[in-house]
Amino acid sequence: MSATTPLDRRSFLKTGIAGATGLVIGFYLPGRREVLAAAPAATPAVLNAWVHISPDDKVTILISKSEMGQGVETSLAMLAAEELGCDWKRINTEFAPADKVYYDPAFGMQGTGGSQSIHSCWEPMRKAGATAREMLIGAAAQKWGVDASECRAENGAIIHTATKRRATFGSLAEAAAQIPQPKDVKLKDPSQFTIVGKPTKRLDTPKKVNGTAEFGIDVRRPGMLHASVEHCPVFGGKVASFDATKAKAIPGVKDVIQIPTGIAVVADNTWTAFQGRKALDIKWDEGPNAAVSSASIRKSFQDACETPGVVSRKEGDAAAALASAAQKIEAVYEAPYQAHATMEPMNGTADVRADGVDLWVPTQFQTPSQGIAAGIAGVKPESVKVHTTYLGGGFGRRGWSDFVAESTIVSKAMGTPVQVTWTREDDTQHDYYRPASYIKMSAGLGADGKPTAFTARVACDSIMSWFFPGSITNGLDSSSVEGVSDIGYDIPNILVDYHLMKGPIPMGFWRSVGASQNGFFSEGFVDELAAAAKKDPYEFRRDLLAKQPRLLGVLNLAAQKAGWGTPLAKGRFRGIACLEAFSTYAAEVVEISIDKDGTVNVHRVVAALDCGRVINPDTAEGQVSGAIVYGITAALKTEITIDRGRVVQTNFDTNPMLRMNEVPKIEVYFVPSEETPTGLGEPAVPPVAPAIGNAIFAATGKRLRRLPFKPEDIA
Amino acid sequence: MAIHFTLNGKPEMVNVNPDMPLLWVLRDTLNMTGTKFGCGMALCGACTVHINGDAIRSCVTPISAIAGKSVTTIEGLSADRSHPVQRAWIEIDVPQCGYCQSGQIMTASALLAKTPKPTDAQIDDAMTGNICRCGTYPRIRKAIHRASELHTASAKPAGASADDAPLADSVLAGGAE
Repeated sequence: MSATTPLDRRSFLKTGIAGATGLVIGFYLPGRREVLAAAPAATPAVLNAWVHISPDDKVTILISKSEMGQGVETSLAMLAAEELGCDWKRINTEFAPADKVYYDPAFGMQGTGGSQSIHSCWEPMRKAGATAREMLIGAAAQKWGVDASECRAENGAIIHTATKRRATFGSLAEAAAQIPQPKDVKLKDPSQFTIVGKPTKRLDTPKKVNGTAEFGIDVRRPGMLHASVEHCPVFGGKVASFDATKAKAIPGVKDVIQIPTGIAVVADNTWTAFQGRKALDIKWDEGPNAAVSSASIRKSFQDACETPGVVSRKEGDAAAALASAAQKIEAVYEAPYQAHATMEPMNGTADVRADGVDLWVPTQFQTPSQGIAAGIAGVKPESVKVHTTYLGGGFGRRGWSDFVAESTIVSKAMGTPVQVTWTREDDTQHDYYRPASYIKMSAGLGADGKPTAFTARVACDSIMSWFFPGSITNGLDSSSVEGVSDIGYDIPNILVDYHLMKGPIPMGFWRSVGASQNGFFSEGFVDELAAAAKKDPYEFRRDLLAKQPRLLGVLNLAAQKAGWGTPLAKGRFRGIACLEAFSTYAAEVVEISIDKDGTVNVHRVVAALDCGRVINPDTAEGQVSGAIVYGITAALKTEITIDRGRVVQTNFDTNPMLRMNEVPKIEVYFVPSEETPTGLGEPAVPPVAPAIGNAIFAATGKRLRRLPFKPEDIA
Repeated sequence: MAIHFTLNGKPEMVNVNPDMPLLWVLRDTLNMTGTKFGCGMALCGACTVHINGDAIRSCVTPISAIAGKSVTTIEGLSADRSHPVQRAWIEIDVPQCGYCQSGQIMTASALLAKTPKPTDAQIDDAMTGNICRCGTYPRIRKAIHRASELHTASAKPAGASADDAPLADSVLAGGAE
């Protein structure tokens, strides 16, 4: 447990986190450096949570994760409040500044992603609440001259049980802050939970129904200028020359400057900056990628798959098992690039001064944002204050800091606060995309119809080659094979190998990452095996999951709730798929119909999830339902294609999102569980595409192996 | 060019390029950032406001086109989140990231003003122009039905309130536009 550390409030205040007097508590993992030390330098201290109580009884929970819709502001506060014994109605939250104490141990930095927030914060947030509670009890016990064991926390006050004396948290906070942090605080038995597991209203909803929630794009600072950047349409291209005469002649345009990513027009409002961009005369040096196309990329993937790659999983002897199989099945599957398409286009606001930088950014990754701005401004990282706003969608896109860099560069050049805003076209054409992938699979079936061998050869754009090359060992980017290499079915001989592809198209984390395409591949192919074995697709899977009880559990639950095997209305067909992603188990059954022109209508999706203990059932349902909508969009509507080195799609007309009239009835069920909670932001995405594809097969006998499913491939 | 219009029940004047879209006048000239930029081409609905009671996309509406008209934005829908659509949105906990929700709410409130008891098909027709990338559509639908009930339950005599920001029922009836 953590060392007993007297709270040093002055050094806390120096970090500028919060100025009010009161109790501020940090909780630390063993062996980490002291809490709240200013300018931490050595091993990062890992702070798991904060509780701040002001004299007026206001309880503020600092949220180290970015709120991008997943409800983490509410659920992390619930965890701390559960142990603290405060009045939930008096809970406030603040987004934490960038600081090493807020690092997520899973990432080694401060950031939000990988469906990790609840899993990472489950214990530390409760311990932070419990630690605060014990310190408040200690202060009350001192005040009353009684033993701490005779006191309890309830509804924002400490109560001496025997005498019914009562003191509010606020009245005790100052004294409590002087008490050493206790070791080994006792956490509630889950049977005593009063908040965790109960449907709880989101804390951010009131701000999101009257326009007061502040997103990055809403930041307004005194003297702030607005900028927008014309980027080279071709990846890897750069400015050869430019003429800004016409742009500068537009009233309201303040300046036009060349920056590493293009030409920035700075103006007194966003629209004028956009107008200025249209008036620029830029000659681009399109660089070495001007001939790259989706077809040329696909060919490079196909060619790569002609030879063996790096082995990512090997069990038994797949080649021998295939050679002796009663039946051999082979298939090639493909997935395209996908854009994140957050509703809030990329943007960032920076104020670069000689003494430091303030950033107001809708970022998922605070630590890189801080470091990148520091490097540009020429200041120490701790001189960069990161104010995390609400994020108008993230889905992985805002793990990159390109928009932070642009705003910092332009603010530094202008000497004023600057907000850089991207257009929708910029956002679509200059994303860090979900990788394209190409996979050759084969399987052998025994005479009994059970698989004896499975092989997969994957060629896929490597995300980590872009984001963190140091994480790649022996040419293996595990994000490229997750969802196929870890196939959960009981197959004795498995060989999965991989070709790391690194082209000019920028890659990033896209909601559910590798599982988003690999789940389609593996679950589509398993459906093919079921058909080849002449077995029901649900029963075929079920019989291969005896060693995967949680995956089997969601499969059975989804099948049962969907009425698998029961008669359907005429023209309706079902498909099923299941996958584990981010340690959460998901199974989905879809019901579709197909129009004469091949248009697929999704009528019903039944999802079953096992994410361990559910913290807030209300937001949990929302995450799964939303992930299903996200998955349907990618299965039926969107793809990013490349022509002449640039993205073809531009706005929502060419990159169309699922809309109200296309949304099916969605039913979400959770397996009751007391396991440690895991995440829900992503795991419901991967089963959507294969379940739809499998339903299309059930309807037409056609096996579609390439996303998205297009009417012309079906009709 | 000076352009006069009514904004959330009060007279407003801006002196800007007449081609400047209403969206950017609201956001950058008047610092009313509740109305959102999503696409700039009337494809996503994030910028929806009411002009004389109709839901319109402010990103493609030049400020010159609204001279003399009455504009209601999310900030003016109610002073205290009391509009039935806002109440229903809170009750159902509709928003996730929330970025599109100003536009969703403005489109939904315009729908209910004209169609107090919409069918699912009418909801589809009205709401299909508004994208929600978080996929909150099922809750949006549920909340519109709930707002319809709340409106019916809390209907007040017409003209009960007049001054400041338009109140819930008068907006639903289109009265404050």
